[in-house]
Amino acid sequence: MSQMSSSPSIPVRTLLPWSAAVPVLLIVAYLVTMDSAGLLASSGDFLHELMHDGRHLLGVPCH
Amino acid sequence: MIKDLFLRGLGAGAVAGLLAGLFGFLVGEPFIDQAIAIEEAAAGAGHSHADELVSRGGQAFGLFLATTLYGIVVGGLFALVYALVKGRFGPANEQTLAVTLAAGGFLAVVLVPFLKYPGNPPAVGDPETIGQRTVLYLVMLAIGLLALGAGAVVHRRYGWVAAVPAFLVIVGVAYAVLPAIQEVPGDFPAVLLWNFRVSSLGMQAVLWGVLGSVFALLSARRRVRV
Repeated sequence: MSQMSSSPSIPVRTLLPWSAAVPVLLIVAYLVTMDSAGLLASSGDFLHELMHDGRHLLGVPCH
Repeated sequence: MIKDLFLRGLGAGAVAGLLAGLFGFLVGEPFIDQAIAIEEAAAGAGHSHADELVSRGGQAFGLFLATTLYGIVVGGLFALVYALVKGRFGPANEQTLAVTLAAGGFLAVVLVPFLKYPGNPPAVGDPETIGQRTVLYLVMLAIGLLALGAGAVVHRRYGWVAAVPAFLVIVGVAYAVLPAIQEVPGDFPAVLLWNFRVSSLGMQAVLWGVLGSVFALLSARRRVRV
């Protein structure tokens, strides 16, 4: 058993505050993959064009 | 504890995103260039590029930026799922769990949506339907995650014999029910479309493969040090 790195579960109580990171991460994901309308107003088009190739190759719908 | 896992996820994700970007740059970029040449030829000789916001070189840099940010996001979410699942579900060994979760993530988040709504190179796709295509893509992604979760629950009680069919039935029903999208122009080169899509799938495979491996390696290293 000492060879195994099996570890105890993490209590949901201590895990819960970290769920706050989820919306932050999803907003970044949105900016990278989706933001064609421009959540960042004027810079939206710039980000969209900048990450154009990445979006195509990541396989998300682009245009 | 969770902070360690979370930072490990962000770090592994950044490495995975960078290497995926390198793969995309070396393997995928030539196909994007060829597709853009077709797009521009179709737009006509009068089509001007003076008003372009970002040059092609800038977009190659943007590829690395996009894959790295995407990798960090996936790595962070991966770490939180790992923290929730660890000790409750799946393989007891930490390294095996990390690699299994990465394989499951690739299956649900990449392969399931890809087989129904594969990514397209430039010059393919009607801008009018981008909203509808995006929603369908996200629905398919959500169904992939649902099918993976259902498969994992069924696996725990009944084993692979039941888990694989459960997964396939959910995904198969979604494939049958959701509308097909066919927007590839009739004269678009089939070989180029195939090459682009394989390179796109390959880049995602690099990303998820490196993420799982690096995350597993970091947990092994930490175990030795402590």
